[in-house]
Amino acid sequence: MTGLQSMFAPMGPEAALIADLAAVLFVGAAVVLTIVVAALWFAMLGSSAARRGLAAERAVIVGGIVFPIVALAALLAYGLWVMRASVASPAASNAMRIEVTGEQWWWRVAYRDGDGRRIESANEIRIPVGRDVVLTLRSADVIHSFWVPSLAGKVDMIPGRVNTLKIVAKQPGVYRGQCAEYCGGAHALMALEVVALPEAEFASWLAAEGAQATDAAGETERQGRELFLAAGCGACHAIRGTRADGRIGPDLTRVGARRQIAAATLPATRENLARFIVDGQHLKPGNGMPPFRVFSAEELSAVVAYLASLK
Amino acid sequence: MTRAATATGEYPNDLPRPEGELERLEAAWELPKGWRIVTAVNNTVIGYFYIATAFGFFVLAGILALLMRTQLAVPDNTFLGQETYNQIFTMHGTVMMFLFAVPAVEAMGVLLLPQMLGARDLPFPRLGAFAFWAYLIGGLVFFCTLFVGLAPSGGWFMYPPLTSERFSPGVGADFWLLGIGFIEISAIAGAIEIIVGVLRTRAPGMTLDRMPIFAWTMLVFAGMVVFAFPAVILATILLELERAFDWPFFIAERGGDPLLWQHLFWFFGHPEVYIIFLPAAGMVSMIVPAMAQTSMVGHRLIVVALIATGFFSFGLWVHHMFTTGLPALSLGFFSAASMAVSVPSGLQVFAWIATIAAGRLRLTAASLFVLGFLFIFTLGGLTGVMVAMVPFDWQAHDTYFVVAHFHYVLVGGMVFPLLCAFYYWAPAFSRRPLSERMGKSAFWLIFIGFNVAFFPMHISGLIGMPRRVYSYPAGLGWDLPNLISTVGAFIVAAGILVVLADFLRNLRPTLTKSAGDVWKGGTLEWLENHTYGARSVPHVDSREPLWTHPRMSEDVKKGRYYLPGTMTGGRETIVTSPVEAVPQYLMRLPGPGWPHLIAAVFTAAFFLLLTVKAVALALACGGIVIAAMIAWMWSSDPASAGEADIGAGISLPTYVAGPTHPSWWAMVVVLLVAGALYLSYVFGYLYLWTVSPATWPTTPISMPSWPVTCLIVSGVALAAATRLLGSSRLLFALALACGIGALLVGLALDAWTQWQSGLRPSASGYAAMVYANAVLQAQIAGVVTAMGAFTLARLVAGRLDADRRVVFDNLALLWGYAIGEAALGLLLTHGFPRVAG
Repeated sequence: MTGLQSMFAPMGPEAALIADLAAVLFVGAAVVLTIVVAALWFAMLGSSAARRGLAAERAVIVGGIVFPIVALAALLAYGLWVMRASVASPAASNAMRIEVTGEQWWWRVAYRDGDGRRIESANEIRIPVGRDVVLTLRSADVIHSFWVPSLAGKVDMIPGRVNTLKIVAKQPGVYRGQCAEYCGGAHALMALEVVALPEAEFASWLAAEGAQATDAAGETERQGRELFLAAGCGACHAIRGTRADGRIGPDLTRVGARRQIAAATLPATRENLARFIVDGQHLKPGNGMPPFRVFSAEELSAVVAYLASLK
Repeated sequence: MTRAATATGEYPNDLPRPEGELERLEAAWELPKGWRIVTAVNNTVIGYFYIATAFGFFVLAGILALLMRTQLAVPDNTFLGQETYNQIFTMHGTVMMFLFAVPAVEAMGVLLLPQMLGARDLPFPRLGAFAFWAYLIGGLVFFCTLFVGLAPSGGWFMYPPLTSERFSPGVGADFWLLGIGFIEISAIAGAIEIIVGVLRTRAPGMTLDRMPIFAWTMLVFAGMVVFAFPAVILATILLELERAFDWPFFIAERGGDPLLWQHLFWFFGHPEVYIIFLPAAGMVSMIVPAMAQTSMVGHRLIVVALIATGFFSFGLWVHHMFTTGLPALSLGFFSAASMAVSVPSGLQVFAWIATIAAGRLRLTAASLFVLGFLFIFTLGGLTGVMVAMVPFDWQAHDTYFVVAHFHYVLVGGMVFPLLCAFYYWAPAFSRRPLSERMGKSAFWLIFIGFNVAFFPMHISGLIGMPRRVYSYPAGLGWDLPNLISTVGAFIVAAGILVVLADFLRNLRPTLTKSAGDVWKGGTLEWLENHTYGARSVPHVDSREPLWTHPRMSEDVKKGRYYLPGTMTGGRETIVTSPVEAVPQYLMRLPGPGWPHLIAAVFTAAFFLLLTVKAVALALACGGIVIAAMIAWMWSSDPASAGEADIGAGISLPTYVAGPTHPSWWAMVVVLLVAGALYLSYVFGYLYLWTVSPATWPTTPISMPSWPVTCLIVSGVALAAATRLLGSSRLLFALALACGIGALLVGLALDAWTQWQSGLRPSASGYAAMVYANAVLQAQIAGVVTAMGAFTLARLVAGRLDADRRVVFDNLALLWGYAIGEAALGLLLTHGFPRVAG
C-alpha cells in the first residue's frame, strides 16, 4: 500500500516486532478493562456473596497489587526483549549508510557512492530492499524526529547530537514518514518518502544520482536554466554541473525525478513547481524561500520546464 | 484531652454559652462589604474566587480545543492559519496545565481543607489570597496575549532550541517563561499554606491516621509541588537568561545542550501529572464512602499508595524522552519505573470498587461521575502502561495516540472527579444543591462525548498522525477518525454548557445558610459552616466523626466543643501537633486588608513589564511590591495576649516561637523549595559537564579563600546574633548587619574573581553555569538582606525581643541556609573543575 504511514502496516523487522507487541498490549488492555468493569458491575449489582468477596481487603491486595505486579513484570521482560532485538542488534557488514539532517522544514539527505563521495538530495530516501540501512540522524536547527512508521519507530534529531536508526525494507514500495517532534511553523508540512527499490535498480539509480545534472535538452530548458541562474536561485540551491552551488535549500540536481516537492507535501507536477516558486509562502508559510514573482508567465514555465527535466 | 467528648457525654465546654459569645465570633469573622470583598482573606471566599477562576480558564482553554477540533475536522482545512493554530495548541496545553488543573486542585484544597480539618481558616490567609490574586491577574494577561498574536507558539513544554531567541524571536516565549514562572511561584505559595495547614491546624484528636484521605492527598500534592516545581522554575530562569543575555545553556555549539531542558522540564512535568491526579483521587476517596454510606476499604493501603505514587513519580521523567537516543540501560530502568507507578493507582481503583461493594452506591450525579472516572481513568492507565513499553513508545510517542492517552488520564483522572466534587460538595457551600437531573444529563453528554472525541485518536495516532499538526492531507486514512473526534468534542462542550447552566440556576454561594449535609457524609466539612468554619471545634476520635457521633453536628453548633467563641477578640485557629493533633497554641489570624492585594497586583505587573522589556516601570512596580510586603508583614507576629482557655481545661499560649510556630514550618518548606531549586541547578551543572567536558577549564582559577572567610564570618555572626537577641540590642544589630554584609561581600568577591579571570557568561555552557550560580546565590542573599533590614526595623520599633522573636527565628533559618548554599556553590564551581580537570 503506497504511501501509507501506519504502524499497522509493518514492512520492516523493527516495525513488525512492535506491531506484535502492540497486539499483545491491546488484547491485555481489553482483558484488564473488562475485569475492572465487571468488578465494578458486581460491586454494584452482584449477589451479596460476590459483593462480600469484592469488599474484602484481600480483593484489593490481589487485584490492585499482586495481579498488576505479575502482569507488569512479564510485560517488562517482553518489552526489554523487543528492545534488544531491535536496537541492540548490530547492522550487517554490507549496511548502507545514509545521512539525514532535519531542517526547518525539510530533510537533507546524503548518500556516499563507492568512492565515498557525498551525493546530496532532499526529502526522498531511496534504499535497497532487504539490505540493512543505517540512518545517521542530525539536526541543523531545532529538534526534529525521524519517523517512518512502516519501517521503524521514531528517533529524534537533536542539535549537537548524532543518533542512528537501522531500517530494512522487506519489499519494494513507497513508505511515507513525517516529522514527529514539533519543530515550529510548518511542522505539519515536513514529510518524506522512503522508496525501497530492488538492489539492482537501486544501484543504477544511485549511479545516476551521483552524476552531474542532465544537460538542458531543448531551447525552453536552456532558457529556463539561464533564468534560474540569473535570478540567483543558485545562492540557495545546488545543481551539480552548473554554477548553482547553494547549500541553504534542497539540492535540485535530480529534482525532476522526485515524486514530491516541498518535503513530500505536494506532488511534483509542473503546476506545483510553478506555484511553489511564485507562492511558496502561501503553500508552506515561513519556509526559507522568498516568493519569486520576477518571472513572466513564459519565463516561469521555462524555469519549471528546466527543473522538471532534471531527472 | 482524654476528658474531651466521649461516649459518657462530657464535652469540653458547658451549656448554655455566655451571652454575646456567638456575636463576638461572628463580628471577628465578618466579611468586608460590597466591592471591598476583594480585600477578604478568608479561605472560603478565596476558595470560591479561586475555583471560579480556575473553571473559567478551563472553559477558555476548552474553547481553544473546539477551535482546534474545527480546524482538524476535515483534511487541508484553512479555518485557522498555521501560526494561529500553533499559538492555540500551545495556549490550550499551557492554560489547561498551569492555569486550570493545578490551581483548581489547589483551590479545592483552600476551600475544603479548613472545613474538613476542623480549622477556622488556613494558617496564612493573606498568603493564600496573595497567591490567588497573583494567579488571576497573571493568568488573565497571559491568556490575552492570544488576542494580539503575542502568545507563545513553542508547545506547552517549550523545547529549546525552538524556543531560543534565534528560532523564537519576539515576546511570545518570554510571556510563557515569565508568566508561567510567576504562576508557579503562586502555586508554591499555595503549597506552603496547604502543608502547614494540614500538619498543624487539624482539630484536636485528628491524628494522622484519622485524617481524611483528601487531606492526605493534598499533603502529598503540596509536597510534590515543593520538589517538582523548582526544577521547572530553574529551567525557565536558565532559558530566560539565555534569551535575554545570550548565556548558552541550551545551545549545543557552545557547550550547552537542548536535552538539559527536557530533563529539567520532565523532572517537573511527570510529577505534575500526579500533582493533578492525586487530589482528584482524594476527592473520589471522600465521595465514594459517602455515596455508598460505608468507610473506605483499605484506608491505610491507600495512604501508602499515595505516598508511594509521590515518590515513584519523581523517578520516571525520562519516559518522555524514550526517542531521544538515550542508552538502552537507562531506557530499561525508566520503563520499569513507569510501570511501577501504575501499581498504586491500580490499588486505588480496586479499593474504590471494594468500597462500592461494601456499601450500597446511590446512583447520584456525583456517583455517575465516579463511575465515568473509573472507566476512563482505567483505560488511560492501560494506555499508560503501553507507552511505558519503550519499543511501543517509539511508534506512539508524539502522535495522537499520546494525545488520547493523556486526555484519558487527565480528563478522566481530574476533570471527572472535579465535576463529581462540584455535584457532591455544592450543598456545603451553596444555598441549593445542584440539580441531579441536569448533572446526570451533563454526565452522559460529557462521558459519551469524551469517548467519541478521544477514543478515535488512539487509532489516528497509530496510523501515523503526529500531534501538533495544524493540517493533514487526505488519503492517509485520518479523515474519518478526525471528523468523529470533532463531533465528540462538541458533545463534550454541550455537556459543559449543561453544567454551566446548572451553576447559573442553582449555585448560590453562601457563607451562612448552606443546604448542608444532604448526602449524610461522615467528615467535618458537613458540619454547619460559616466563614469561621464550625461554631466550635470538635474533638475527633474516628475517621468519620459525624457517623461515630450522630449528635456531633448539633453539639458543635451549640458551642459545646473547643473554642466556641473568640478568646482574643480577633480571628483565631487552634494549632495542634503534627502527628497526634494535640492542641499547642492559639494562633491569631489576620483579617481583610489591602497590602497583600497591592503586592499581588504589582508582582504581576513587575513580571509582565519585564516581559515587554519595560525595565524602569518594572522596577518601580518591584519597589511598590516591597513596600506593600513590608506593610503586610509589619502587622504580623503580634505580641502575646496571655493564655487562652479553649475548653476542657486546656489553656493555650497565644504566643510561641521556634518549631511550635507554624511560620517556622513554613520557612522550613521554603528552604526545601530553595534547596530543590539549587539541587536542580547542581544537576544542570554536572549534566552539562557530562555532555561537553571540553568546555570546563583545565587550569582552575585561584582558591576562593576570601569568599570562604566571609562565609565563616557570616556564620559566626549568625550564631552570635542568636545569642545576643536576649541580651544586647546594639550588639545584636551589629552582628546581624555585619553577618549579612559578610555574606554579600563573599558572594560578590567570588563573582568578581570569576569575572577578573576573563570568564564571560556567554562564552560557553560552563561559563553560563558559573554565573547562574551567582544569580541563584544573589536571589537568596537578596531575600536575606531584605528580611535582615525588616528584622532591624522591628528591633528599633520594639517589636522584637528575647520572647517575641519569630521574625528573627525565620531570618536565622534562611540566613543559615544561604550560608550553606553559598558554601555548596563554592565547592561546586571551584572544587569540581579541580576534581574533573
